Amino acid sequence: MSHDNGPSLWSTFSAGLWRENPIFAIVIGLCPTMAVTNTVTNALVMGVATAFVLMGSSAMVSALRKVTPGPVRITIYIIIIATFVSAVDWALAALLPLAHKQLGAFISLIVVNCIILGRAEAFAARNPVLPSVLDALGMAAGFTLAMLMISTPREILGSGTLLGLPLFGPRFEPWVIMVLPPGGFLTMATELTILAWWRHRSAERQALAEAT
Amino acid sequence: MSAPEPTSATLIGTLTLAGLLSGLVLVGVFQSTKPLIAANRAAAMEAAVTRVVPGAVKAASYERVDGKVRASQVAVGASSDKPMAYAGLDKAGKVVGYAIPAEGPGFMDTIRVLYGYVPGAGTIVGMEVLDSRETPGLGDKIYKDADFVANFKKLDSKPEIVGKKKGTKSKPNEIDFITGATISSKAIVKILNGSAAQWAEPLAAGATPTQGKQP
Repeated sequence: MSHDNGPSLWSTFSAGLWRENPIFAIVIGLCPTMAVTNTVTNALVMGVATAFVLMGSSAMVSALRKVTPGPVRITIYIIIIATFVSAVDWALAALLPLAHKQLGAFISLIVVNCIILGRAEAFAARNPVLPSVLDALGMAAGFTLAMLMISTPREILGSGTLLGLPLFGPRFEPWVIMVLPPGGFLTMATELTILAWWRHRSAERQALAEAT
Repeated sequence: MSAPEPTSATLIGTLTLAGLLSGLVLVGVFQSTKPLIAANRAAAMEAAVTRVVPGAVKAASYERVDGKVRASQVAVGASSDKPMAYAGLDKAGKVVGYAIPAEGPGFMDTIRVLYGYVPGAGTIVGMEVLDSRETPGLGDKIYKDADFVANFKKLDSKPEIVGKKKGTKSKPNEIDFITGATISSKAIVKILNGSAAQWAEPLAAGATPTQGKQP
């Protein structure tokens, strides 16, 4: 964010999507990433719920940034975030009871997701409402994308299904470990390794191109 | 974020205001979602009752007080401080069996089950796991393994349910355990035996619906 005129709205949004992806680049908010990526549906619902909380709280934090006294700002942020999370929790229980049952305590735990407090403190507290909402939207989209990238191989290999639909015949023996916690770490580590290799390689190529 | 240090009064005022506003929002959301959530719970429980009690199309709440069963004012699926059972009613409103929620420790966490029970004979006619965190692929066979679940379609709970190694059950009160999920299977047997022992006599004695009307 060292541009002269500040980043454009598009780059504010797209930063979270990939370049500063909360999971794969900043590597925060990993508890839900490990816990609810055992099926694609869970990951999707979690992503949408987190997106709602992130956008709502970023907008509120940004709108109130001039009247929030510095010494108690974190407390205020937590009050705002917790309010949104409780609202999402009840709304899901009322509208999508099955998804709510599946995700269980992890909905309430959105309140301690570092991405949300992190964006409130790092971005929303210093920027106007529109960029803050765009930043939240980008981060939420990046979070959901990462959750989908982790949950898809886990569900396919661990349950032999995608979005709950069976992919293989009845003779497929699921790799149970993939839906257990170790599977989350294995998938995440594999994807981080591939991305790190890819980033390293493109940086090398760029350096080479500049040198010649 | 302003340069001058805010006074304590400002801080207290801001936090109080934030708490108040948050409280207002929460009360609003809670009040508007409460009836829907209760309706969801009731619908889910009623559906489960009709699955574990064959022939039932509706559910009615009963509670156990001092070893007697009586009709309860608590809605189906709502939480109560008394042990609950749900009568499965057929189309004519006749009780065809009871669905009893029960719980106990499993391999990972508490397992909550609902089982269909016909008093007198003490026959278990169905069982469904409502809530569990058993190991995927192993312990979760207590509800995913059709053979295991079929054990509970017609099972004598008297004198008590006995678990046998897979393929060796021979008596009407015996079930086949799941290979690789012995702890979870044993947990189910223990939960059912414990619960059936508590409910057998009160249910066999019959419900006293007249008392339930007076709180």
